[in-house]
Amino acid sequence: MSDLLGVYQPGTTFLHRMPAGVKLTAMAVISVVVVAYRSPATSGVLVAVVLALLAVARVRLRLLARTLRGLLMVMALLTAWQAWQQGWAHAFAVVGALVGLVLLATVLTVTTSVDELLDTLTRALGPFRRLGVDPALVALAFSLMIRAIPTTLEIGRETRQAAQARGLDRNLRALLTPMVIRSVAHARATGDALHARGIADD
Amino acid sequence: MSRIELQEASVRATTGQGEVQILAPTTLTLTEQRVALIGPNGSGKSTLARLVNGLVGAATGRVVVDGLDVAKQGREVRRRVAFVFTDPSAQLVMPTVVEDVALSLRHTHRDREERTAAALRVLEGYGLEQLAERSVHSLSGGQRQLLAIAGVLATDPEVLVADEPTTLLDLVNTRRIAELLFGLRQQLLLVTHDLDLALRCERALLVEHGRVVADGAPAEVVEHYRASAW
Repeated sequence: MSDLLGVYQPGTTFLHRMPAGVKLTAMAVISVVVVAYRSPATSGVLVAVVLALLAVARVRLRLLARTLRGLLMVMALLTAWQAWQQGWAHAFAVVGALVGLVLLATVLTVTTSVDELLDTLTRALGPFRRLGVDPALVALAFSLMIRAIPTTLEIGRETRQAAQARGLDRNLRALLTPMVIRSVAHARATGDALHARGIADD
Repeated sequence: MSRIELQEASVRATTGQGEVQILAPTTLTLTEQRVALIGPNGSGKSTLARLVNGLVGAATGRVVVDGLDVAKQGREVRRRVAFVFTDPSAQLVMPTVVEDVALSLRHTHRDREERTAAALRVLEGYGLEQLAERSVHSLSGGQRQLLAIAGVLATDPEVLVADEPTTLLDLVNTRRIAELLFGLRQQLLLVTHDLDLALRCERALLVEHGRVVADGAPAEVVEHYRASAW
């Protein structure tokens, strides 16, 4: 659960060698197409293609299982709701698209180092510099967002355990209040750390 | 050795009860290789340390490092003064070990391959090369602190400010980090509750209630602290 989208696995497959910009663009185009033309057939093709890509990228089965396990609850609830509301075909289309896109994102993160993504985003955002956008800062924010996912999940897990230890695991306030406070505190500490490392100076 | 000067530098904060003084106007010059900052929780010692690289701004007075005014030349000062925190988790901002060190090197190595190679060399220097591709999330507390220190020292600063870097660590890791810190060529400003570490420094400052109440040889300052605590 701690690395829902996986972390970079060095390799020499053609997906590893493909420029990050091409992968990002392909992912954006595929996401738009899958959402715009949502159907059981589109989702089926997406899942099949993504499974093939995962095999080509030699993604470890353990990581794949972990990613799917992280999605299990959402998938189960969404499938039940969609099947009840609009039938099984629609449920397959929606949940298939969701799973396919998360796995597609996993292909990207497993075959592309964040450092390479930073470089690509910084280059891509270069033209916006004249509008006052700092490409390096936007790219850094992107990488911090990826890093924040496991950290927030960890804070959530610790908060839940702390509430359980006090017999307050059904008290929403006891769960949410410390989680929000700790998340904000962590964000501030990260800001301090970036400041201290002089990274936000450029 | 660097020269760190606080000239009547004070820190204030606004709370629900109005403005509170965190650090009284303080004047001192630090030129020793290793300086310990000791004192009770909430005494203001971390605030004093944070003044040195501009993490906290002085409400009055000035802080100067090697002739550079922290308030006016913050970028230059931060390139000279590195900082490590008690909890390294917040400091490690990239997904993998090698990428986190590489982040520090973006100023100096524009080419990604060169940067990665340089980051790997840094990791090798700290015995962390086996962990290069590991997620920072999967590291132990000691490994995280070691990586945090490697990350900030990768740019070869002149001063390292360490804010209770061993507080969250077990005995073995405390010793490992201490040996690393005391073997550095950099000037070290060490905020610590570990009085054994304070005794190994050349100078110690005792901070209580936002004031430096003792300043001098570590043995005397630690004795003063022990006497006031009991």
